[in-house]
Amino acid sequence: MALGPKTAVYIVRRLAQAVPVVIGIVVLNFLLLQLAPGDAATVLAGEAGGAPPEYVAQLRERFGLDRPTHVQLLLYLKNVLSLDLGYSFRNSMPVSTLILGRLGPTLLLMGATLLASVLCGVLLGLLAATAVNTWRDRVISVAAVIAYATPLFWIGLMLILLFSIKLEWLPTTGMEDVVAFNEGWDRVLDIARHLVLPTVTLSLFYMALYTRMMRAAMLDQRGMDYVVTARSKGLSERLITYRHVLRNAVLPVVTMAGVQVGSLLGGSVVVESVFAWPGLGQLAFQSLFARDFNLLLGIFFLSACLVVLVNLAVDLVYLALDPRINVD
Amino acid sequence: MPQSFWRRFIRNRPAAVGLAFLVFVVVVSLGAPLFFAGDPFGIVGKPFLPPFGAYLFGTDSLGRDIAAGIAHGGRTSLMVGLVATIVAVSVGTLLGAFAGFYRGWIDDVLMRFTEFFQTIPTFLFAIVLVAIMSPSRASIVLAIAVISWPPIARLVRGQFMATREREFVQAAICLGMTDAAIIFRQILPNVLSPIIVAGSLMVATAILIEAALAFLGLGDPNAMSWGFMIGAGRSFLRDAWWLCAIPGIAILLTVLSINLVGEGVNDALNPRLRTL
Amino acid sequence: MSTPPAAANGRGGPPAATNGVDEPALLAVQGLNVALPAWADRERAVSDLSIQLLPNQIVCVVGESGSGKSVLARAIMGLLPAPHVHVTGGRVLFDGEDLLQATPGRMRAVRGARIAMIFQEPMTALNPLMTIGWQIEEMVEIHLVLGARERRARILALLEEVRLADPERILRAYPHEISGGQRQRAMIAMALILEPAILIADEPTTALDVTTQAQILALIKELQRKHQTGVLFITHDFGVVAEIADHVAVMRHGVLVEIGTAAQVLNAPQHEYTRSLIAAVPALAPRAKRVTDAAPVVLEVRGMTKTFASGAGWFSRARRSVPAVKAVELALRRGHTLGLVGESGSGKSTLARCIIRLIEPDAGSVRLAGIDLSALTRRELRPHRKHIQMVFQDPFGSLNPRMTVVQLIAQGPITHGVAVPEALARARELLQLVRLDPAAADRFPHEFSGGQRQRIGIARALALKPLLLVADEPVSALDVSVQAQVLQLLADIRDRLELTMLFITHDLRVAAQVCDEIAVMRQGEIVETGPTAAVFADPQHPYTRELLAAVPGRNWVPPRF
Repeated sequence: MALGPKTAVYIVRRLAQAVPVVIGIVVLNFLLLQLAPGDAATVLAGEAGGAPPEYVAQLRERFGLDRPTHVQLLLYLKNVLSLDLGYSFRNSMPVSTLILGRLGPTLLLMGATLLASVLCGVLLGLLAATAVNTWRDRVISVAAVIAYATPLFWIGLMLILLFSIKLEWLPTTGMEDVVAFNEGWDRVLDIARHLVLPTVTLSLFYMALYTRMMRAAMLDQRGMDYVVTARSKGLSERLITYRHVLRNAVLPVVTMAGVQVGSLLGGSVVVESVFAWPGLGQLAFQSLFARDFNLLLGIFFLSACLVVLVNLAVDLVYLALDPRINVD
Repeated sequence: MPQSFWRRFIRNRPAAVGLAFLVFVVVVSLGAPLFFAGDPFGIVGKPFLPPFGAYLFGTDSLGRDIAAGIAHGGRTSLMVGLVATIVAVSVGTLLGAFAGFYRGWIDDVLMRFTEFFQTIPTFLFAIVLVAIMSPSRASIVLAIAVISWPPIARLVRGQFMATREREFVQAAICLGMTDAAIIFRQILPNVLSPIIVAGSLMVATAILIEAALAFLGLGDPNAMSWGFMIGAGRSFLRDAWWLCAIPGIAILLTVLSINLVGEGVNDALNPRLRTL
Repeated sequence: MSTPPAAANGRGGPPAATNGVDEPALLAVQGLNVALPAWADRERAVSDLSIQLLPNQIVCVVGESGSGKSVLARAIMGLLPAPHVHVTGGRVLFDGEDLLQATPGRMRAVRGARIAMIFQEPMTALNPLMTIGWQIEEMVEIHLVLGARERRARILALLEEVRLADPERILRAYPHEISGGQRQRAMIAMALILEPAILIADEPTTALDVTTQAQILALIKELQRKHQTGVLFITHDFGVVAEIADHVAVMRHGVLVEIGTAAQVLNAPQHEYTRSLIAAVPALAPRAKRVTDAAPVVLEVRGMTKTFASGAGWFSRARRSVPAVKAVELALRRGHTLGLVGESGSGKSTLARCIIRLIEPDAGSVRLAGIDLSALTRRELRPHRKHIQMVFQDPFGSLNPRMTVVQLIAQGPITHGVAVPEALARARELLQLVRLDPAAADRFPHEFSGGQRQRIGIARALALKPLLLVADEPVSALDVSVQAQVLQLLADIRDRLELTMLFITHDLRVAAQVCDEIAVMRQGEIVETGPTAAVFADPQHPYTRELLAAVPGRNWVPPRF
């Protein structure tokens, strides 16, 4: 597939189609959060140690929480459409500043996980399928079944126990050693060392899933007619696997990876909590308990946009892999 | 058919082992009040007793019996996993069936919904739902069901769309059958096996979600749960690893056995796949 | 190698020269045995089979499904699905070498370069993700050391030879971007590019439309003569055999029952089984007119139109409209059988489904015995549905696998309010009418053969005593001998019950045997209609003439015994 004007039109159309979905997510979450007991004013007042009702009312008025719900919603939507995500009264900072500060770490973790899980999954699936019913296949398959059943947060803790506490190979938590004031390559290396365990933790489940899918897809494709054709042409089994079967078998894995971006972002909430990774998931969690709904809505909005973009990127990869998909 | 199903299922060794372990988990969980009478939150001895001493799995930071917690926590996990799955599968099957059979606007709405749930980070959404409804078994079940039904609906929709084009369904329309009869008596029995398989795997996923919620402190405060135990023990990871390790292994083995059973059911329902 | 025989010898047996005993065989299969896995219904897929292929000769291996003819082809190529199906004895001599003893490496050198193969379904036989050019080039690249330019010149020359227009475009195209006929031409080009001594063709025209089939058969024959290739041609269709074979081998249950020149086997078969197969081939001669025009009109279709809106791709929302049926008019009198003939995509099935309202038409009306069905809503239509019943094509898909035979047949009357015991009793009677053992009533569909399932489908349709029976390709999934029985059954029942029938088929032989009138469809329109005999004798529309000319073996009159 060439990156021609057709592809550009396709990208624009896909983005346009995503707008109602993203707005839907914002509206639904807005309405849901209205149902939550308490708001930022009560939480602030509570922290101030049982402030008088007049103070709470005053806070509500300042935050605009005293107006009817639909007015608040319309106001909020209007702001979102002009990319103004509002103000976090809890943190005394604009929501966008807060979120953008956390976007980098989240993107780093997500990107590393997506890459690691797809690459390792495809490789392991290939290794298993090319040695079907041998010890290599069995070891990979059993490992995948076990990894598929492992709770993320628990394996994260166990990895910390083993690699950080017992072996002291890798740092326990955080994204970098702040007090070391690393710069340049030292800093990159430091962040990479911090990235290993969270990425392994978050990848494990998806890697297991893609391994199993890849193995199944390889075996499936092996039975296709075009493989018989390739054999009748005199190709060796090795060439058949790498030239013909592999590419066909990767397609379902790529589709699956696209579908799961949203679930991956959700999973990162847990992993960020285990590793104190300063990403969006942790921020979301904190904002929920502080009833900082502006911030929480902003995070939902941004993560929805993120999923849309990553989905689109995955679909473009798919488009490049499968000529049967037509962009017009 | 059912007899040969059982024979095929039991011949599959991993599935048989999984089923045996699952039966064990169910017995221990249901029998928890008998085996471990009293409140699992109650203090029984000194804190941080290591496992395989006075207490099978030792005690936690407050001196609570970990084995009792595991048994009682199993009830929570299994109950939440099962009920959430039943709700999600029922809703998903019904909506998927209508969308796949009628297409049109109901299908469009359903597809927007599944798109919605693919775009939103589902686990974060579940957290918000539980927080809003305040954590309880009911709110956890509901939250898990809400985020779990769309994949089932998608699956059932696809099955219905494919089966609807099969000639025996066309024949049923020609015979003048009502839509309800066609949906529930002609098509549904023919697409039941993938639904059963997806449902059994969903129990495992639901247990994992429940554990993660409880780990983050969003569990039912009145019910012991495996996720809660890990969350409570994580501060003592350095000195008392078993506080976290044991409940985690319980989750792992339970989920693993459910997955093995689910796959065994799949293989036994589709014997053709195994003749590869 | 001897000089190629005169091309004038189109049909009716090869010249004696190519069959001379003195000429060495190109390929000799001797005493081949192929074992089936333990769970199969018989022990051997091929037993003790010997067959010879001479240079510049087309040998057709003909047989019904399960005869072992495809297994034979794959055994020669060393492509059996090991370990379940494997050779247990015999020799496959090619150039004096036993291919069954060849090393895997040696077999890879033979495959493609010396013995090439083409398949039934070129769409699935080609890798969907690679261009046609790449896939042909791969064949050259793995066997020969040639520069890129030389390879390309060779490929382009061959694409011209298989008459692919615009070869440059075809080279760049992916399999899904070209038509079925073009794909099969590309497959042939790929198979012949290394000038193999032998071409094995496994049902290469079965998935194609009849006019495309005629072209591909002519092409295979022409290239075979030109390159003096030996061709082993696997087919189930005696028409195709008559069209292309020099020699014919008839197989049944893995055993070779008869072998001889095309003229011998087609016109004077010796073996009982060959005779029964040939007797089952419908003659292309239309049946005598059976009905009068005085009968009242049962079905009247006016201005039937259906356009499909189709999404162009998975990700795309752009709608393209595909007109499937365009303002079709039809009238059918009581007791008549109207044949709706046409190639795939002609709209014949869509038209039938619009009449029966399995598809909602965009415009047009259907009157059945005076009632305007098109004015009714889906709900209002339900009680009237019993008047039109349908027999479907796929004997495996048309019966709900979870219901017993008697339930399947009785469900229609029960839906329309007949008491259950009465409906079940009547269902058992119907089983006898369609000549099935009433003892089979409580079994499930998977326990029956394809022909028996079609009988169950017919009984289900008849259970409602319909005014009109729509049969959509009811025999095209069946083997020829079973096909003859089902057609006979349909004809008998029609005569006995004075049924009116709309019979959809792509097979003009079947249409000639069954239909009183035919309507020829093409691209959603009826281009010609009239009494079968008249249309066959003097087709008016050029497309009808083209269809008739394309019927394989049209000049061969199957002998009757």
